[in-house]
Amino acid sequence: MIGFSSVDTDGGFHPVSAPDFLPLPQLRSLQLQRLKAIVRRAYESVSLFRHRLVERRLNPGDIETLEDIRKLPFTVKTDLRDTYPFGLFASPMSEVVRLHASSGTTGKPIVVAYTQEDIDVWANVMMRSFAACGLHRGDIIQNAYGYGLFTGGLGAHYGAEALGATVIPISGGNTDRQIMIMKDFGVTAICCTPSYFVHLIERAGELGVDMKKLPLRAGVFGAEPWTEGMRKHIEANSNLKAYDIYGLSEIIGPGVGIECQYQAGLHIFEDHFLMEIVHPDTGEPCPDGTPGELVLTTLSKRAMPMIRYRTRDITCINPEPCKCGRTIRRISRITARSDDMFIIRGVNVYPSQIETALLTVEDTLPHYQIILTREKGLDQVEVQVEVTAQAFSDEIRALEELRNQLSKAIERTLGIRVQVSLVEPHTIQRSEGKAKRVIDKRVM
Amino acid sequence: MKLHQLSVFLENKPGRLTGPCKVLADARINILTLSLADTQQFGIMRLIVRDWQQARALLEKAGYVVKTTEVVAVEVADRPGGLAAVLGVIERVGMNVEYMYAFTFRREDKAVLVFRFEDPDAAIKALQAGGVNVIGSVELYDKVEK
Repeated sequence: MIGFSSVDTDGGFHPVSAPDFLPLPQLRSLQLQRLKAIVRRAYESVSLFRHRLVERRLNPGDIETLEDIRKLPFTVKTDLRDTYPFGLFASPMSEVVRLHASSGTTGKPIVVAYTQEDIDVWANVMMRSFAACGLHRGDIIQNAYGYGLFTGGLGAHYGAEALGATVIPISGGNTDRQIMIMKDFGVTAICCTPSYFVHLIERAGELGVDMKKLPLRAGVFGAEPWTEGMRKHIEANSNLKAYDIYGLSEIIGPGVGIECQYQAGLHIFEDHFLMEIVHPDTGEPCPDGTPGELVLTTLSKRAMPMIRYRTRDITCINPEPCKCGRTIRRISRITARSDDMFIIRGVNVYPSQIETALLTVEDTLPHYQIILTREKGLDQVEVQVEVTAQAFSDEIRALEELRNQLSKAIERTLGIRVQVSLVEPHTIQRSEGKAKRVIDKRVM
Repeated sequence: MKLHQLSVFLENKPGRLTGPCKVLADARINILTLSLADTQQFGIMRLIVRDWQQARALLEKAGYVVKTTEVVAVEVADRPGGLAAVLGVIERVGMNVEYMYAFTFRREDKAVLVFRFEDPDAAIKALQAGGVNVIGSVELYDKVEK
């Protein structure tokens, strides 16, 4: 890259973004070289993977092209649980410098490991993520992702420091203090879940802090699915551009993919992560543009290589060149995570479908919760929506009409009837991390 | 001549009315009158208070959604036919009443009707032309708190 200063503004690119712009032949050749090495490493060091290859009469030498990856078996979430805690590690503990673990809402958590090289790669992809959002040295980044076993906090932290930005490691929670610091320190960028930022906007209003007057210009939001409607709401109520970031602990944490200034899909850092889209039921590859399950292979991870990991996230690859000029390809925004899916009267439903329907009718209603119950053997869905000052009317008729429109919009999307309840502000619990959108009270 | 009425959104659940009333009580704000409109699931509490700006700020600070609506208050004699006479005027000019409620004073034999019209200004003109005694906020508060 020529002529780019370390503090660039519009139009220019941060020098750390250089790998995002590799010529394609060079990128593919780098991927193949790394794929061969990682398959060999996993074969030699991870017994589960070796057994699966032996069963299929395969050996690492069978990987000659990138497409050959399709010969390899998938890795699924239960593989991590079954080998809890350290069964999929490829490095001896003496080389493992960090452990993280998933929240583990059901049973044992899953554990992931990093060598120093892995930490460096992670910091690199996070740094490039921030750079893609237009951030650089001089920016003040408030990191409100939780620090701890969750990968969000430390992942963003190391990346922001590597970028040379000023990091405020505030972690999640303590909303009033978040707002005070944001205002007093002149914070220019924030990292947190989109639902938490919606809560910050709301609370700032109550405290008399005008978000639109703050110097915040970028929000790096992830760790939960969110919709375009939510982005509109956020951007309309603050001056920042809301960027979607993607990642998962099993692969590395946040920093697997990021939106660029065009906010039209997430660029995957293909030099470190090989992506495939497969049909969720058959595992067969889906052509570009066809939605399916994202499958990722870590190309450079040492402590815990993941080969063909089934992310359970539904998306599709957009092979079109992006206006930003990055050669690394994009996936469409992930609005469906199969783990969040619930089945109601035989219909598969994602919370994001309900969010889209709600925000289409009235974009001032970002706080909602879905409650599932069973009455006389029949599933019931109640969508509770908090009434906002903008949506509130003094007339019963208008409120009933709003309720009616909301339930019709949801019914159009899902094909099933749901009960919409208008509830008072603050009755739905705010989350400081991932929002809990669905409360399943059904007794199975 | 218009009055500022506060409307508060409430869920239709036991105990929900207490919250906003307590907020006002703690600030020693007297509720001149109130009315409730409700459906099975939610309701709207409509309030007339003297210091509506302060009441609104306090309620919002306590987390309620509040809307200010302009309503029209008219004074009638507290006897049979008092309301019918006013409604007669409204009917003759073809105005639509969105909703209304009434209250009486302790010391006078007068009642006050609070009306919500789509166009309060036009309504005031029509009522006055029809000989109805429309009362403004100052007059109302003076009467009630005399």
